[in-house]
Amino acid sequence: MTIDRRSLLFDLTRAEVLATGHVLPEPARCVQCGICSYNCPIGLDVRAYAWRGEAISDSHCLTCGQCVARCPRGVLIFAPMANGKS
Amino acid sequence: MAAEYVIVGSGVAGIAAAEALRARAPGASITVITEDPNGFYSRPGLAYYLGGAIPEKQLFPRSHAELRALGLRWVQAQATKIDVAGHRVNLADGRSLAYDKLLIATGARAAAPDFPGGDLDGVFTLDTLADAKRLIHKANKSGHAVVVGGGITALELAEGLHACGVNVHYLLRGARYWSNVLDAEESQLVEDHLRDDGIEIHYHARIHQAEGKKGRLIAVQTDSGERIPCQILAVAIGTRPNLDLARTAGVKIDRGILTDSCLRTSAPDILAAGDVAQVHDDITGRASLDTLWPTARAHGVAAAATMTGAPTPYRRTAAMNVTLLADIPTTIIGALGSGSDEDMVAIARGDSESWRAAAPTWVVVEHHEVNRVRIMLGDRTITGALVMGDQTLSRPLHRLIAAEADISPIRDALLADDHAVLQLIASFSAEWERSHADNS
Repeated sequence: MTIDRRSLLFDLTRAEVLATGHVLPEPARCVQCGICSYNCPIGLDVRAYAWRGEAISDSHCLTCGQCVARCPRGVLIFAPMANGKS
Repeated sequence: MAAEYVIVGSGVAGIAAAEALRARAPGASITVITEDPNGFYSRPGLAYYLGGAIPEKQLFPRSHAELRALGLRWVQAQATKIDVAGHRVNLADGRSLAYDKLLIATGARAAAPDFPGGDLDGVFTLDTLADAKRLIHKANKSGHAVVVGGGITALELAEGLHACGVNVHYLLRGARYWSNVLDAEESQLVEDHLRDDGIEIHYHARIHQAEGKKGRLIAVQTDSGERIPCQILAVAIGTRPNLDLARTAGVKIDRGILTDSCLRTSAPDILAAGDVAQVHDDITGRASLDTLWPTARAHGVAAAATMTGAPTPYRRTAAMNVTLLADIPTTIIGALGSGSDEDMVAIARGDSESWRAAAPTWVVVEHHEVNRVRIMLGDRTITGALVMGDQTLSRPLHRLIAAEADISPIRDALLADDHAVLQLIASFSAEWERSHADNS
């Protein structure tokens, strides 16, 4: 069996994001269009977090990146969690 | 007795104010008067609805239950007159509501077509969800559309109609798109993208008249004699604040309703917020209009605080808009261009007058194939930036511009080497953030 280096790197990066990162909105960019919530595979209301300017703290968040990638205004980014916070 | 707060308008300024009022005054009576039967929805989201990215129901950020939980009294009616001395608002249906504090957040509407035939069936402007639905309905049975105007809304209309399967002709009055904010190369990038999509751009094309048959649009004639058969003519030549209510009440107006930095108008107990408000900036001494969603929201929050007896200035930050220009992610920050845009008769939606307040500055450009960063350098600060494509630098640049960070250490290097701009900004910004964090 060969190891696909790209896949391994991707998985390691994802693992790191899952373990230490979350999705963080920048409200000043957001126009509440709802594309983020519409594309969340588990139906989180990402838009509501963006309105409040809070990181997506729901433990069900997969950090799959759908909302990050699809937001037309670059509102959402992956960011490391602040120390001691989950 | 509990205070009576009345808000005219259910856009983001009105709703942000209502939310903030409820948080500050749990027992107060808060009434929202709106003409729009659809209430509060994402006006900028209409572009994505037109383009098919989201369904209609996604446009509503608040469920009925969430709005009910705010305990607002919702009045769907047109506010026709303010009795300033009597502290009452009269409605078109004959009712009259008393207020202690009144917030006018009536927004802006698209400027009316400035050519003959503008009233034909088939001529559209885009203000409301109802407009967007009528446009989609019409597009589904139309073959050709003409879009005229500039700014973000014109592009949204062109691309939205194209997404509906309509052949789109985009008429520009001048030689290029959005000439007073974008530079020639940026305009070119957007125009190339539109052409690749199959949108036909006509330059130096001014509408002579819209031609109709039995009241229905059949073609557009340009000044140069060209005739373009079409069933839809979408017009985005700017917006005008809805000033009627303020004007008849004798509230001081200029291009918008004039307010101080705390959103108070010239009339006692009447405030204004959002696209309708021309807010005085204590720092620059000027009063300007913005048609930006985050600005309107911030106005609403500051106005609510002022209404509850805690006068709070709206703090203008570097105006920023992030948008897709022909599918290219674009962030516009601070002062970039100057002068006027001949495609517009008034301020565009998603626009800020401050973007055209640029003093002559050095322009440094870094670009590769589709990504482009333009930075306007003042003597010691970055005064504006436009980031197209890769958005990595848009946040650091916004921070540096908003904070008026002193960039003298890298200024000469920025001017000396175009190719080093990205790296210079990225490392300077990282260093600046670190020292900023240490100081705070």
